[in-house]
Order: sequence, then C-alpha cells, then structure tokens
Amino acid sequence: MGNSIEKRAIVIVGGGPAGLAAAVAAHEAGERDVLILERDTQLGGILNQCIHNGFGLHTFHEELTGPEYAARYVAQVDELGIERRLGTMVLDISEDRVVTAVSATDGITRIQAGAVILAMGCRERPRGALAIPGYRPAGIYSAGTAQRLVNIEGQLPGREVVILGSGDIGLIMARRMTFEGAHVQCVAEIMPYSGGLKRNIVQCLDDFGIPLLLSHTVVDIEGRDRVEAVTIAEVDERMKPIPGTERRYPCDTLLLSVGLLPENELSREAGVELSGVTRGPVVNERLETSVPGVFACGNVLHVHDLVDFVSQEAAAAGRSAAAYVARGEDAAAQRVDIVATDGVRYTVPAYLSGSDLDQDVTLRFRVGGVFRDRYVSVYLDDERVRHAKKRILTPGEMEQVVIKADQLRERAPHTVTVKLEEE
Amino acid sequence: MDLYDVIVIGAGVSGCAVARELARRDARVLVVERADDVCCGTSKANSAIVHAGFDAQPGSLMAKLNVEGNRLMYEWAQELNFGVIPVGSLVVCVSEDTRDGLTALLERGRANGVPDLRIIERDELVQMEPNIADEAVAALWAPTGGIVDCFGLTIALAENAVANGVEFAFNQQVVDVRRDGDAWLVVTPQATLRTRAVVNAAGVYADDIHNLVAQPDDALRIVARKGEYYLLDTTAGAHVRHTVFMLPSAMGKGVLVSPTVHGNLIVGPTALDVDDKEATNTTPDGLAQVASKCSLTVKDVPLREVITTFAGLRAHQDAHDFRIGEVAGAPHFYDCAAIESPGLTSAPAIGVMVAGLVADGLGLADKPAGAFDPTRPGYANLNIIDFDAWGRLCEQDPAYGNIICRCCRVSEAQIVDTIHRNPGARSLDAVKRRTGATMGRCQGGFCTPKIMEILERELGMDAREITKRGPGSELVLGLNKDAVADPSAKEGGEA
Repeated sequence: MGNSIEKRAIVIVGGGPAGLAAAVAAHEAGERDVLILERDTQLGGILNQCIHNGFGLHTFHEELTGPEYAARYVAQVDELGIERRLGTMVLDISEDRVVTAVSATDGITRIQAGAVILAMGCRERPRGALAIPGYRPAGIYSAGTAQRLVNIEGQLPGREVVILGSGDIGLIMARRMTFEGAHVQCVAEIMPYSGGLKRNIVQCLDDFGIPLLLSHTVVDIEGRDRVEAVTIAEVDERMKPIPGTERRYPCDTLLLSVGLLPENELSREAGVELSGVTRGPVVNERLETSVPGVFACGNVLHVHDLVDFVSQEAAAAGRSAAAYVARGEDAAAQRVDIVATDGVRYTVPAYLSGSDLDQDVTLRFRVGGVFRDRYVSVYLDDERVRHAKKRILTPGEMEQVVIKADQLRERAPHTVTVKLEEE
Repeated sequence: MDLYDVIVIGAGVSGCAVARELARRDARVLVVERADDVCCGTSKANSAIVHAGFDAQPGSLMAKLNVEGNRLMYEWAQELNFGVIPVGSLVVCVSEDTRDGLTALLERGRANGVPDLRIIERDELVQMEPNIADEAVAALWAPTGGIVDCFGLTIALAENAVANGVEFAFNQQVVDVRRDGDAWLVVTPQATLRTRAVVNAAGVYADDIHNLVAQPDDALRIVARKGEYYLLDTTAGAHVRHTVFMLPSAMGKGVLVSPTVHGNLIVGPTALDVDDKEATNTTPDGLAQVASKCSLTVKDVPLREVITTFAGLRAHQDAHDFRIGEVAGAPHFYDCAAIESPGLTSAPAIGVMVAGLVADGLGLADKPAGAFDPTRPGYANLNIIDFDAWGRLCEQDPAYGNIICRCCRVSEAQIVDTIHRNPGARSLDAVKRRTGATMGRCQGGFCTPKIMEILERELGMDAREITKRGPGSELVLGLNKDAVADPSAKEGGEA
C-alpha cells in the first residue's frame, strides 16, 4: 500500500455477465493482462440468483438458467486464465484510471489501469423512491431481494403476496413465490402497459391465474411491525389515484418491481458524464465514456431485458478497451451526435466519435410508449438509410438497429437521427 | 425483591441521557423499554437538528435547556463519539412584511443567551446558500445551530450508561406504577420491579405513566403531533449547506431543508395532531404539503432523489414547555415529559437536570473520582476516513475489508461490532441505527440478506427469528415449500 501501485492493462469493475463477456473478448482481442474485480464471493453477478430458464437463446441457441449461462462464461474465463479478485469492492476510480479497491484478503489496493471497463450492473428502485404513503413494516421487499432470499437462502419472505410493478423480476417472482407455496394475489402496474417482457406475462402470470392490474398502484401500506394489508387504486392518465377505486388487499408481503437504476456512483466520482434518460454513461460507438480509456457495458450503461444482449455489448466494450490499450488515445475528431426523437427515448451509443468508422454500429434503444405498426427509421443527416416496420414496440423491450459502416463512411454525416414513423 | 435506586421508563434520548448522568452516582439504575432497542420512538424519527435556542419563550424551561443542551451537545460529541456537525442555521424571511418577525426572533434569541446571532441580508444569504429562494430577503444566522446523528447520540448515551453500570431491560412495556411502602413498584407483563425512584421518560405515553401516580387535578395530556419527512439521496446532500428554516409568514410555517450527518438532505416536517399514538404512517396529504412547502425557502429541491419518507410523533402538550420535576404527591417520581422540539438538542441538559433532581431527592453520592468513565468509543466511519487509515483497520481486522452495505460503506466488522456491544443490536433496524447500513439509495435491497446472515451467525439465531425491529416484525415467514403439502403424506392420508 501507500507508495506501491500495481499496473494492469485492463481492469474490469464487476464480474457479472457484462464483466465476464468483456474479459473474454478483451483476451481474445489479444490483451492478456486483464483483471476482474468482483465484490461478491463468486463470479456471475445477479445471474446466480436467476434460477429460472430462458437465458442464452441468442448466444447459445438453447434455454439455460441464469447460473448455467454464467457458468459458460466463467468456464471461458477460467480456461483463458483471466485473473479475478473476489470479495473485492471498488471504492474509487480516478480520472487517470487509478482504481482503489478493498477486500478482506488484501485490504486497500490501488491499481493503475490502462483501460477500465465499468460493468457494475444496476440496482432496484426502492419503495422510498416512490414515496408510497403508509407504514414502514417488515415484509416490503424489492423483487430482487426476495429472489435472493428464496433462491439463494431458501427462505420464504411471506405467504400472502401483492406485487407492485410489472418489471421482469416481479413477474418472475410472482411465479417463483407461487412455486414455493406462497399465494400471489395480483400484480399492480401504474402504467397502462407492462414494463416486462410479453413472454414473462404469459408464463409467470397468465399460466398461474395471477391478475395483472394495469393503471393501478399501491396508495397505502398497513401494519406497524409486519405488512398487514395494502390498498390498491386505479390511476388516471396523469397517474394520480382515482378516488373511489381503492380496494384493500390483506397480505403479509409487498414485493416491488418498479424499475432498475444503473449503479453509477463510481462513474460519477470518476467524472464520467451520465445520461439523464438512461442514468448510465454517455458513450460513443466504442462504448467509451467521456473519460478517455473508461468504457461501459451491460446494465450499468443502460438496463437490458436479455442477458444475451448484455454479453454482445460487453464483448464490444472488451474489444474496444483492448484496442485502446494497444493503440492509445485517438486524435480528437468531429463528434457525430445521434438524435433520438419521435418515440425513441435514447440510443446507446449516444454519439459517434467520428474517427475511422470502420465497423457497423449497433444502436440499442427503447421507446417511450406502446406503438403499433411503426417504422424504425434512421437518417444520416436528411437521408433515410433504414426504414424497418415493427408490428409493436413497447418500453419493456429493448430494440436495436444497425448502421452499416460503408454508409457512414460514404456519407460522413454530421447528425444521425433515430425515430419512429407512421409510414 | 431486588431494590433499584432508580428505574427510568423509556430508552429514548431523554431516558438514556438521564441514565447516563445517573451513572455518575453511586446508584443501581435500570432503564425499562417496551421496544427491542434504544431510540425507537420520537428519538429516531425527527429532524435531527441541534437547535441554537432562539425559538423558545425567554424564561421557559425549553429556552434554558435548549441553549444549555446545544453547548453540551458539541462537548459530549467529543467524549461519546457520535456524529454532530455545527453547520449553522438560517431562518429565512421571504417577505418584507414579516421582517419584524426576524428582528423579534433575534431579540428572543439574545434574551435566551444564544451566542453570535445576527441578521444577514439577501446578498450575503445568497453567498452562503446559493439555492435559496428568489423571494428570500434576509435571514437570521445562528452559527451554533447544527445537525446530529439522533440514533448515534442515543446509542452512545446508552452504551456509556451500561459501561458505567446501568442496566437495560428491553421488550418490556410498563403497565402499572404504584406505591409500595417507601418504594415504587413498576409492573411489566414480565416482571414487577421495585425501586426507590422513577423517572417517567415515556415519550408520547408519558401522560399515561404520569396519570398512574398523579393526583386527579394534576392529570397530564400528551398529544401525538405527527411530522412527515422526505429523505433524499446523498447526491442531493449539498443542495443546502446549512439548516434552512422559514420564518412563519402569511404563507404558513414552512418546512426545514437541511443536510444530515449522513450526507443526505432532509425535508420536513408537517405538524398534525393525531389520536393514534402509533400512527407513524406517512400520508398523501402530508407528503404533498412537504413537497410544496420546501420551495418557499429553497429553489429546485431535487425531490426525485428521494430514497425514503417517514413520519415521527412529537410528544406535544398544550403548555408547550418541557414538564420536568417531581410529581406532586408522588415522592421520588419524576416526570421527564412533553419533550418535544427542541427536545433532542436539550437532551444532554435534560439528562443533567433530571439526574440532579433524582440524586438530590434520594441523596445519591457521586461515584469516587475516576470510577465514572465519560468516554465511549465510536464506530468506524468508512465514509470519512482516508484509504490509508482504512487499510490500517483492515490489518487489525480483515472484516473491515468486507463491504456489506455498498451504498453507505458499512463493513462486516462494524456490524459484528454493533452486535457485541451492550446494549447490542438484535435486529435489522438496530444495526441500521448504529451503522447506517440499509439507509442508502438501495434501502437495504442488497444488504438485508447479508445482515440477516451475520445476525444469525453472531447470535446463533434462526433466520425466521430475525426481525426488522423486534417481535412481530420477522423478516421471513418460513422456508421454501414448507406450506406445500407433502405428496407422500397426501396419498396415505386423504381419500
């Protein structure tokens, strides 16, 4: 400690699906000096508690459970001999990429990284963030916390359950709690549509006869020590509860699946510019943040629905970081902004660096409402280069569109625009 | 039956302060508390402000104990190692029409003996507080105002009391107090305790306890006055630099906006008298009031950064002064009642005063010199120490390197420490109050299962016995599939 500072080519913060895929890709791109720092006692991140299936359809063309999907990547990391430090929490990343971490085995350590890949994932929005009125008893859990209690600890958080929010983890937990002997009364969703994947609504609610109450929210929580009941009311277009629609649900547990937030406290401290929309770093096509040599991928960048796309994105970040270390910082070029408009809430990347666009660019985005029979259009300046019809677009499903490298090179646009069009 | 010298009813900040000051005397002291820990009522849910002392009526007990408590608070923080920050407070005048009120407040503060008060004009105010509302014209500046860790203060007092021989009994609600010869009997469902003196520090229930022994014409009535609050993330903690109060105007009383010792921003409270003394629920109306009122003094309060809301109940009495002293016709029964704002600030002075009354009444002698240790070690705070110091802690105990609460930087070592102190943490919230774990932006989402595991391991408990805040607040209700009928049993058993 003190004066000694370790030097590593690439330091990856987080050993979940994003960090693992980034590590493998960086290694395959030729960078052998890669170090993964993981705060948990094993690699795999949140996948370890996602024991349901449905992972890996795109990547491995088979249906895996979360731990199985993670194990595939852990096996690659093992095989490649990529170093990892477990039980290691990163405390600080400086603008010149000095990473400070703490662990029970090594105490405080400092590492000078050639490149840093942010792969810290996300956290769940808690009850307090919604300011739901009522008491604050035991028995209110975010869905992911309940998932850990059930799937890792073997403990049943409660027996009579109401779920607020129809995010994917909430839907998955509706089914899991039912399997484990609890009774799930309903899932209330304040929006007029679900925030989760269609397949999860079918497989986790419909198949078990659990009602999904759209445009409903919890307006009161009773119980001083343990939850005794919640009151659910319908909401109007402005999401205000409609008087007279209240219904009381006696229960002992309230699970919340009301949104995921990229966990960017370290990024902010490092001076990384964050997006007000995604709450993740603003990145270019190399997934490089506003701090040179600091890359981001996975749920810390923007919240994904499918781990397969996390892996794809993270691999791209791993390759970019390896290239950065090999080649060093690029000369400044004219940045090309990507404008997300007309139903498109954001894109990742948010801009193109403008220097040697030699690869196709995958733009990932979400829409801000439910849209039927719309075209996803991409404009390079005023010229429309992509125009693909989609039967339905919903906020719960991430979309993507690819811009060809030759088109970008040929037209050298000042602005790229992504929007939804009716025709 | 054992005979105590003093039984203190209630382990809030007042009861713990009295106990700690009684520990200076040669006496057998017991604190009886209905909850599973100290600091479970009004003491845990309030603004956590160190008031300068300009508010109370000159000559009142409140005025005297506030100013004295303010001074002692900063002194005691040194020996007891709890968090207090003298950020100073501003009472903001938002209309020229009410400027007289500001002057009156200045005069009142000076009459109360508050040091260094002065009125500052808008230019200086904006310098000090860039996010002050555009309407603000002037403010009363009180540099001795501050913010305090209300949990940390109460716990420090309790730990120091125990270290000096005071006993605590938790999960025991006093149901009766009656005279027995020269002594008092304090009755709980679990025990009947005998004592020479009683201190009634029962918070919102101090009237019930008082009325058990008082003469009919001396009945006390305490009203629970609810205050609702927003607590914002540390990302919003620097939105104001001082505690900002509003000078009451035609617009109403306003709410305070203040940083907290944990680095958050607190906004509130409302004030509504409620019948139910357990009604610590927040309400749509209350929260809406706080949200609209905060903008009267401070611009752009980032309420989207809210991480939790809560409500506390103040022990209000109509006379609006502390009720401290021996109850008429009840020898050696001392009220320490109606301790509403600025009760937290006043707590050290209340402790000194009540312990003095009891000691004089019973003729308690001071312990011999050196027998009372006024110091108490604090908990490590990994948010404020530098990395080198943290590294040295890890060398002493590697568990300082195992982060359990990532949002508030609490390690396994601190949590284990809370469990093995006395009074030690027995529940999730008890760990929270001592370390800050679960108080951050994820509100315990990640660390709750981990803290439960540590409690299980250190206390030899089953997960199903671990509570949020004592019996009835169990965190898990069973094990997976324990309610699902065993299919093999079904075959033989049911037709």
